[in-house]
Amino acid sequence: MDTKKTQSFKQQKMISSCLVNGILILICLVFIIPTLGIFITSFRSSQDIFTTGWWTIFPHKAAVASGEIHVDPNADLNGPISLPGVDGQYTFEQLRSGVSLPDGRTLTWYGNKRTRLINVTALKWVWFNANLTTKNYTDVLSGANVNYLDANGNTIVRQGDNLSQAFLNSVAVAVPATIIPILIAAFAAYGFAWLNFPGRKTFFVLVVALLVVPLQIALVPIVQDYTKLNLNGTYLAIWLAHTGFGLPLAIYLLFNYIALLPRDILESAFIDGASNFTIFTRLILPLSVPALASFAIFQFLWVWNDYLVALVFLGGKTQVMTMALANMVGEKGQDWQLLTSGAFISMLLPLVVFFALQRYFVRGLMAGSVKG
Amino acid sequence: MNVEQSVAPKPRGGVLGWLATNLGRILVSIFVPLVMFTVLWQGFLFLRDSNAPQVVLVLVAIIWGVGGVAALYTVSNWVVEQLPDEWTRRLQPFVFVGPALAIMAWFLAIPTIRTLVLSFRDATSLHWAGISNYVYAFTDRVMLESFRNNLLWLIFGTFFSVGLGLLIAVLADRSRFENVYKAIIFMPMAISFVGAGVIWKFVYTYKGTGAGIQEIGLLNAIVIALGGTPQAWLQNAPWNNFFLIVIMVWLQTGFAMVIISSAIKGVPAELIEAARIDGASEIRGFFNITIPYIQGTLLTVTTTIIIFSLKLFDIVRVMTGGNNGTNVIANEFYLERFTYGNAGRASAIAVVLLIAVIPVMIYNLRQFRESRAF
Repeated sequence: MDTKKTQSFKQQKMISSCLVNGILILICLVFIIPTLGIFITSFRSSQDIFTTGWWTIFPHKAAVASGEIHVDPNADLNGPISLPGVDGQYTFEQLRSGVSLPDGRTLTWYGNKRTRLINVTALKWVWFNANLTTKNYTDVLSGANVNYLDANGNTIVRQGDNLSQAFLNSVAVAVPATIIPILIAAFAAYGFAWLNFPGRKTFFVLVVALLVVPLQIALVPIVQDYTKLNLNGTYLAIWLAHTGFGLPLAIYLLFNYIALLPRDILESAFIDGASNFTIFTRLILPLSVPALASFAIFQFLWVWNDYLVALVFLGGKTQVMTMALANMVGEKGQDWQLLTSGAFISMLLPLVVFFALQRYFVRGLMAGSVKG
Repeated sequence: MNVEQSVAPKPRGGVLGWLATNLGRILVSIFVPLVMFTVLWQGFLFLRDSNAPQVVLVLVAIIWGVGGVAALYTVSNWVVEQLPDEWTRRLQPFVFVGPALAIMAWFLAIPTIRTLVLSFRDATSLHWAGISNYVYAFTDRVMLESFRNNLLWLIFGTFFSVGLGLLIAVLADRSRFENVYKAIIFMPMAISFVGAGVIWKFVYTYKGTGAGIQEIGLLNAIVIALGGTPQAWLQNAPWNNFFLIVIMVWLQTGFAMVIISSAIKGVPAELIEAARIDGASEIRGFFNITIPYIQGTLLTVTTTIIIFSLKLFDIVRVMTGGNNGTNVIANEFYLERFTYGNAGRASAIAVVLLIAVIPVMIYNLRQFRESRAF
């Protein structure tokens, strides 16, 4: 009796585990297939992309030409036609639109009545139909003209998108726009946590209030300022903008961490005669590396993936990845070989950073989920 | 909480006497910042005007930007430390906090007020325009359509992101491969909205009907395989909005999942065990124990995603440009300011966005006051 009970319990447990994993695998497939699609497409030749779906590189059953039938020159084409090797008779109209035979073959009349030619295709397994290339990547990175074949085999010439330049621009924007706000915020967090000055609390309440302010509110006046200062289109302009928009969250996160550092470490440093600046650079910064790292990833992904701020402050002169990619969508919406490889290049660095430092990123998310 | 610096009492003569003894010091204190500013200014000019190879420019830009900020702090701190101790103690906090406050004031606090003022001025910001911009914002056909769409994004986007995130978090908690599943669901968070736009545009792509045309978009291929006719998914209002919302759900579910998952792990095991012993089913245990326990987290995640959905811009801009009845407020803001050049209307729309998040702001402030972090 008892063993039976445990057995059925075990069975129940196994069923529920299968169910859980089944549902999760299904959801994960739905989540990952779109990305897989562009990843595979980015390595296919342009002509393949335009004529068949990306999933056809996997083993599948496809109609493959398996021969042709010549219709007897004397056969009457106005009635049902009998064909050699085929049971049953079909009219010209039926054959014209294609007839599927019970044995899996498909007959299609080729051209007009006079050809008297029928193409035969059969469903066969196609195991590996991949004609993979890295040409798309070299094309999309280059700024020179690139050629590719369209669905009908015609050569098309396009101006390259120079994504290599956009990539470098993105690096030049994202690295300082990550480090600068962290540095400024760390100084401020230390000030708020360990120094006394008039207005300390009021200013910090302001930081909390600014956490959710949508950055759209700032764009119109800041563009006016930048125009007056002749800053539009410079790196400095976009670094400052990202710093401004990222600071409230950065200060909030780092304050929460730095304020909780053990008091006695700092006190003993003060007794040894260290100045605030020395304590901050020698003691606080090294101790806060986990918090700094989690915000750094957060900010880096945000800046790298940002489109609006770059669009507004960089304009056309200096294109970052997101802008270049968005322009490609606008100008070359159907050139999937370029769009997919471009999209993948733009995802490369954030994905590497993300998977390498996922642990820190999650911690940052937890602490910062109040941001707007 | 604050560590006061021990200040040794210092004999002080008159101001003039101090000046005389410290003249060299003062001169150096002025000279050093001047040198620094000159170097930084030259760097700025080089970056703006130089035609050097791009790799060089990028490296110089990074060193200039990061080094410049570090130098600013070091030098200003050094200058402040040259002052008498009393003044060092008074001014040093502002060396630490000042730059952050100044930048936040310039980029967020003051612009809020300036935008509010601009929203009552006309397209060129030169003349007063009364409330006409707000009349536009709340009555124009395009704006009303944007409000409707944002409402769709807010309701469906948030509901499905949080719901799916909760479902996955709960299920993954019972699986041995939890981390694999979570990494896959989480991955879209690293992808830009523009990149996500390309990914999904390819899923939705439509080639039209005709002989010999093979659909290369996944969704249309599935529809054909199931016996349906292919559709131009992004053109048929109002359904195209839902196809765009799918992208947001794809991007935000990972965020919801990670945060909810860590909250679920915080539910004490004894509580759930006790409920099981009392005979509660797993589902009842979930609704009566887990959900109330993670309520706070669910609220935080929901508000974060709601704010996100209000400000949503990139997806719509890349996928449809706001055409075919898919416009949203943030896109209309961009169009008004940067395409039609109407600063007044754009400002009014930005203020509407701000008003929408004020409840969250008040909630945050209240939470902060209760937490007594100060």
